[in-house]
Amino acid sequence: MGGMGGMDMPVGSVGPEIFLIVGAVTTLVYALFAPRKAQAGAAVLALVTIAVTAVASAVMLRGSQELTFFDTYAADDVAVWAKLIILVIGAVTIGLSVEWFATDPRHGEYYALLLLAVLGAIVLAGAADLMAIILGLLLSSATGYVLAAFHRTSARSGEAAIKYYLLGALTNGALVYGAVLLFGLGATTTLIGLTGALPGADTTALVAGTALMILGLAFKLGAVPAHAWVPDVADGAPAPVAAFLTVAPKVGALIAIARLVLTLPEDQVGWRLLVAVLAAATMTLGNLAALWQDDVRRLLGWSAVSQAGYGLMGVVALGRSDLAIPSLLFFLVAYAVANLAAFGVVIELRGRADRGTYAGLATAQPLLALVLVISFLSLVGVPPLAGFTAKLALFGAVIDAGYTWLAVLAVANTVVSLAYYLRVVAPAYFTPLEAPLPVLGTWARAATLVSGAAVVVLGILAGPLLHSFDVSRLLPG
Amino acid sequence: MLSVAIFLPLAGAIALLLVKGFTERTARLFAIATSVVPLAIMVAAWVRFDGGAGFDLVESVPWIPTLGVGYRVGVDGVSLPLAAMTALLFLVCVAYPVELRGKPRHYFAAFLFLEAASLGVFLALDLFLFYVFFDISLVGMYFLIAVWGHGDSQRSALKFFLYTLAGSLVMLLAILGLYLASDPRTFDMAELIRQQPLDGDGLRAGLVFLAFVVGFGVKTPIVPFHTWLPPAHVDAPGPASTVLAGVLLKMGTYGFVRILLSMMPETFQRFALPVAIVGVVSIVYGALVALGQSNVKRMIAYSSVNHMGYVILGVAAAAAGMGNDEDGARLALSGATLEMVAHGLITGALFLLAGSIWTRAETYEVDELGGLAGRAPAMTGAIGLAAFASLGLPGLAGFVAEFQIFAGTFAIYPVLAGIALLGIVITAALFLRMLQKAFLGALPDRWLAWPDLTRTEVAALVPVLALVVVIGVAPSWVLDVIDTTASTLVNGP
Repeated sequence: MGGMGGMDMPVGSVGPEIFLIVGAVTTLVYALFAPRKAQAGAAVLALVTIAVTAVASAVMLRGSQELTFFDTYAADDVAVWAKLIILVIGAVTIGLSVEWFATDPRHGEYYALLLLAVLGAIVLAGAADLMAIILGLLLSSATGYVLAAFHRTSARSGEAAIKYYLLGALTNGALVYGAVLLFGLGATTTLIGLTGALPGADTTALVAGTALMILGLAFKLGAVPAHAWVPDVADGAPAPVAAFLTVAPKVGALIAIARLVLTLPEDQVGWRLLVAVLAAATMTLGNLAALWQDDVRRLLGWSAVSQAGYGLMGVVALGRSDLAIPSLLFFLVAYAVANLAAFGVVIELRGRADRGTYAGLATAQPLLALVLVISFLSLVGVPPLAGFTAKLALFGAVIDAGYTWLAVLAVANTVVSLAYYLRVVAPAYFTPLEAPLPVLGTWARAATLVSGAAVVVLGILAGPLLHSFDVSRLLPG
Repeated sequence: MLSVAIFLPLAGAIALLLVKGFTERTARLFAIATSVVPLAIMVAAWVRFDGGAGFDLVESVPWIPTLGVGYRVGVDGVSLPLAAMTALLFLVCVAYPVELRGKPRHYFAAFLFLEAASLGVFLALDLFLFYVFFDISLVGMYFLIAVWGHGDSQRSALKFFLYTLAGSLVMLLAILGLYLASDPRTFDMAELIRQQPLDGDGLRAGLVFLAFVVGFGVKTPIVPFHTWLPPAHVDAPGPASTVLAGVLLKMGTYGFVRILLSMMPETFQRFALPVAIVGVVSIVYGALVALGQSNVKRMIAYSSVNHMGYVILGVAAAAAGMGNDEDGARLALSGATLEMVAHGLITGALFLLAGSIWTRAETYEVDELGGLAGRAPAMTGAIGLAAFASLGLPGLAGFVAEFQIFAGTFAIYPVLAGIALLGIVITAALFLRMLQKAFLGALPDRWLAWPDLTRTEVAALVPVLALVVVIGVAPSWVLDVIDTTASTLVNGP
């Protein structure tokens, strides 16, 4: 123990987390007592909670940059940015959910669960301790399973949730086992403590512990080898939940992986190569699988897998390139808005899945078609959209770190990805309208358009955000 | 001032998309009015261009300071002629009549969007900005081919997008290689030219150079990266083909000069011979394959591969001659630059005319035509002039450019120049054969009512073809501008 934060429990440094818990409980209580037609009020409560939490988080920027709560929790800028990103994802998800769940008589609870899922991802991003990582992982997973199954009468929703759960149970168990190994080797659970204690420890056990923990986090990230749930959840879970689960846990998991690897003695555990190989396998597998999808939701699921691979590139460069942390954070922002916008279009089109049924979208709904194209092109990395700046920074970071081969592979994958995104764009733009395209409603439309606009604005005005990310600290590094 | 040339067309494109009230006629007039402005700006830039060292009319604003990215635009003797040619071709293209499939607003919006991107590529003085424009030009062209093309246009558009995106991404890696080697890190072209960040860095410089050659080579295109070009050209609407050949291909060759020759001349000199050989292969191969085509557009497309080969050969010769044979190098480089402009005008006109053939006959097969000279004298004259210019007839723009390339190259790579001359002979044969088949001989009965060029078509073609003649007869006003930069560049690394 010991270290930067001291032996105290400054409650203020977990203010945002406390607001979220209070908000979640309030929302739940409201949902229990509110009549059916007032259930949507829970969405408003959840939005207010997120707004308050976001303000409480934002004031922590440029704060202490220290570990807190007996060195178990990070109050660094990366954690604060992760909070803000996840909160925005939560807010957009609420916008996408209101009309989607309107016919569900019990949808008030959904918003309480969503707030807890947000909290899980946030804890994961701030965790600087093996136990805190487990806590965040389990909170995020447990809420995720229920959210995925929220269409209680839908077999597909149930199937997606069961697959998600089974893989989760396995990999969460692996992570706990890995944490036990590392704890056994270092005699402490704090990452800062392990930084000092792990060098010289038994290499086999160290490698095994690391691998098991990364496996558990790869599940949250949707990365190989624990990626199999992503397309099923993208396709079977309620579409707003799919949008949320393919982005929010990724933010937490990627930052947790980054903190974890910074703890390890690199001469004993070749984590850089391990993560690079995972990144390579993830982006390639995700892209190849997406190539033949005619189901847009499954396609987005596989694309989410491949994007996790790109995100891991930022981890590969940690400690070797100044671009690593800014590229990692900017990638998360860019990916989140683009993926939410793309899912938003699907949701606003009432969950329309078959790409053939997007025929004539540009005629019937020019704005939605435009958002679809913009979000896809951003996921490809076409300038001046946010995804381009993210990829540029990621490529630069890995080349800088001596992993040029990974950048070359990412380029090849990027070309492949264009092919499948265009398979959806083509019917939307080049095929005449065949049948009317009913839409969901104002909330979903607004959330979609805002996300789509963010893809453009963040690309063009990347300067200030990248500057903030550039001066952000990531503990325990 | 230059920013207006880039962003006014962009604003015009957005206006066309947003305002629903446009008819085909008003949309066209609006697009013409919008694209007159960039041309006027280029003319003004030309008039006040003083030929000093460095860049003129520079605008510079920080954009992403963390990464060393700025919004920087400006012109020099290489980019000004290309940007001016671009502005002219776009004006002509939006004026040129073509079947709009009931989507006039979107068609003209795509064109104006593409104009903004294309001017941006030539005016950018920041590698990041350069890449942004380089890449978004693909998006505009993708939609133009896919929506307003014919035949298997979606497939051709997809192939075009995939190939050229692959090329741009390889170039992006090269840009990053250059960027990461710079100190302080920057995407500023002028600063990178000053720093020469990869000078004397063996393997790394070689790899970055190779990646640039592949990236620009796809766009140019040079053999063996050319296979996306013929289908894209054949299935694109005429004006889009004009922009593709006249403007987009130049982005590749321009990159050779702007980046490779300026920022890594030492490395270019080291690898000049292989690049020159690739150029010669493109020259001969492009010409031979063009000879075998019966489809007019496919033939012009392959002749573009041939002509871009001359440009590459000239630039490579210039790289080899830098610092030791400066006269030869300067001649080859200004010839190559002029060839970019000349090819843009000549092939641009040829593709517009091919589009006119399509709107009348819905075919590009030369064997189905014949004897049109009597029915359509204006069209015959225009195609004849452009074809003769393309095959390098003295007194026309292509000759001046190619003569300079050969004159410069003979001093540096005599054998390669000799082989490349073959290309001229074959090109002459193929254009003469095309003219003979399509316009001489007996007129098939089905074309008895073949209409000659309309007034709009003539009005659009006249400025382009007139420039081809003017540059051919009196090239010095262009060459003087080009030489201001070419002579600085060839002073050697």
